[in-house]
Amino acid sequence: MANTQAMCTSFKAEILNGIHALGTTVIRAGTGADTVKAALYLASATVNAATTAYSATGEVSGTGYTAGGITATNATAPTSSGTTAYWTPSASFTYTTVTLTTSFDCVLVYNSTQSNKAISAHTFGAQTITAGTFVLSMPTNDSTNALTRIA
Amino acid sequence: MIVTTTKGEMDDSLLEKREGSVDNDNENTTWVEYWLAGDVVHRSAHVRLKKSIVSQTEIGNF
Repeated sequence: MANTQAMCTSFKAEILNGIHALGTTVIRAGTGADTVKAALYLASATVNAATTAYSATGEVSGTGYTAGGITATNATAPTSSGTTAYWTPSASFTYTTVTLTTSFDCVLVYNSTQSNKAISAHTFGAQTITAGTFVLSMPTNDSTNALTRIA
Repeated sequence: MIVTTTKGEMDDSLLEKREGSVDNDNENTTWVEYWLAGDVVHRSAHVRLKKSIVSQTEIGNF
């Protein structure tokens, strides 16, 4: 046997599960899963790795769309496979009967339970929706394709 | 088929249907539009993301 330097895979999944709090202030209060939401952003907005939290600035607006976006279905807890921890919402993001006439190309996934802190931003070809439905399908929830992975 | 439009619920036989798709490394997207008298009265889109977000972890050396 030999020792091998590594980030423990269990730690990666536990980060996603909120087990570790290495800072000086633990602000978690509940014991249930947090509520995750998904907001759409205009193609002219600036949402990227530097985004720290949900903001209405640059968010789409239009008939049928509620500021803050939709609540993601989160029925599958984060897990790991191999050395990768991963998590994917368990249903598509669906914005039903909306009219969004200004083109948008980004969805921000964020934690509405924890002060709307940002999780990830995902871009796609610019879209508009007219009295229709916008569906953002989730990838397969595995270590290769999951929406959010820590490798 | 009844379609929700900016003019209300309409039978699709009264509308011109246009469809399209985009398939690249990032996404597979399909969309459908219904037109009436030169105006888009319905547009829906379905985006299937292909790329996930990966965060690489590293540990430091002593």
